[in-house]
Amino acid sequence: MADRSLLILAAACAGAAAVYVAWGLQGPYGFILSLRATRLAALAIVGASVGAATVIFQTITANRLLTPGIVGFDSLFVLIQTLLVLGLGGMGYAALPAFPKFLVEILCLCAVAVALFASVLRAGSSDMTRLVLTGVILGVLMRGLTGFVQRLLDPTEFALAQAATFASFNSIDPVQVAFAAPILILALLLAWRLSPVLDVALLGRDGARSLGVDHERLTMAALAVVAMLVATSTAVAGPVTFLGLLAASLAAAALPHWRHAVLIPGAALTGALILIVGQFLFERLLGLQSTLPAIVESLGGLVFLVMVLKRRTA
Amino acid sequence: MIRVTNLGLAIDGKTILHDISARIPPQGLTAVIGPNGAGKSSLLYCLSGLTRPTSGQVSIDGADITAARTTDRARMLALLPQVTPALPRLTVADLVAFGRWPHHRGRPNDTDRRIVAQAIRDLDLDDLLDRRLDTLSGGQRQRAFIAMNHAQSTPWMLLDEPLSALDPRYASDIMARLVELSRPGTGRAIVVVMHDLAMAVRHADWVICLKAGRLFRSGPPSETLTGAGLSALFDTPIHVEHLRGRPVVIID
Repeated sequence: MADRSLLILAAACAGAAAVYVAWGLQGPYGFILSLRATRLAALAIVGASVGAATVIFQTITANRLLTPGIVGFDSLFVLIQTLLVLGLGGMGYAALPAFPKFLVEILCLCAVAVALFASVLRAGSSDMTRLVLTGVILGVLMRGLTGFVQRLLDPTEFALAQAATFASFNSIDPVQVAFAAPILILALLLAWRLSPVLDVALLGRDGARSLGVDHERLTMAALAVVAMLVATSTAVAGPVTFLGLLAASLAAAALPHWRHAVLIPGAALTGALILIVGQFLFERLLGLQSTLPAIVESLGGLVFLVMVLKRRTA
Repeated sequence: MIRVTNLGLAIDGKTILHDISARIPPQGLTAVIGPNGAGKSSLLYCLSGLTRPTSGQVSIDGADITAARTTDRARMLALLPQVTPALPRLTVADLVAFGRWPHHRGRPNDTDRRIVAQAIRDLDLDDLLDRRLDTLSGGQRQRAFIAMNHAQSTPWMLLDEPLSALDPRYASDIMARLVELSRPGTGRAIVVVMHDLAMAVRHADWVICLKAGRLFRSGPPSETLTGAGLSALFDTPIHVEHLRGRPVVIID
């Protein structure tokens, strides 16, 4: 049953992708097709990585309200990029070979995220409210620090760094997409390997430990995978805070299952579907009246609010 | 046998357990009793190896528990925490199957499936097999978690207040099952932190009494669960009388 709902989701994604690429197609075909294919790939990569990252992160924190975006994972990535611009100067940063630079940024994010969040999340894990608040404050801190560092830059460097700070699907760099795809696939494979242990982690820290799960190590590994996924999506499109919550909640509602081997691909497909359908609606039907990230963020934010309020009354 | 020697535990500079030395026999049911805040749960967590004591040692069947590898530890003892997560989407069968994790680590074989099915039968959960955990009553839910621990097939089972929040019918049902699971010949001993003195008097084979982080007394119920002993342990007048051949606890 779970496999069938995954197949349906995958088919929906494929259908949406086909419609997105083929709708109102006129010559010159080659140019438009490659433009659309690049954007489609970017949408799919961002949706998939954010969706998968959120499911993993929620299990590790035992909290259905948090997303890597809310606690500032993506802001941390932007901060690292900004610090690189500050350290190397605009010219130096732009001159770095693209792929190694991306890898270094991902490794930095993994290291910092694991060190920072592992300790913070462990300290607050017994208290749900404190955990959410700590997470939100960390997120604000990351964004604040990024803003501060950007004020130290000169205007050219600032323009370079700022491009990474706003979510956008209008200026996608095909090279970036080509880097991101293999990293996403690698991260998803790692997530798939972790999924049976993540199932056990549902029993809570003590429950999992009494079954012989090394919870500390699992947390580190899971945070590293989350960092990879977030780095991928942030590098392609910039930070998106609430998309993950939307994708994870919708996937959990749509899939009658709890196993991570189903939920992680499910949330990845849901995330991709949301972005592809959303972008299609904006580009083709609504004539670019607003921006997709703005709408997805407000919808996701709404889900966040509803979930917080529901939890308070329950 | 579990042997505790000079066990001490301090958290954030606050002493929780102080110089506890005791032994727990390798069969039957051991009750850990004492007033609130006496350190009962902390002692249980030290026994389980999940909490590392500040000083002293816990050896289980001759092996130092803090030195044991996580997987070996999980094959030696099962722990039921006092608070278990809601897990609304899991069925009883899903939950019990988790008990085999230390043995297969993600790849269950036929033996694992057979043991899970047996554990489900042993705790009379056949009718509830496909029920989701959020649809169960408190007593049924506790039974499902105990079935998971049972499927773990460990010589030791540690339960932290499994009877709290259960009405008398379910509490005595759970207690009877624990006695059943720890009968001589099953190769399993059970340690239960509990508040219900009537249950302890009725079912325990061995008792550990804690008071203010120290070992107050330990031994068979005939020595520990006496009127004088309990009165001193709880600082309140308690009598143990015999009614129709059974000990009964009366609290003034």
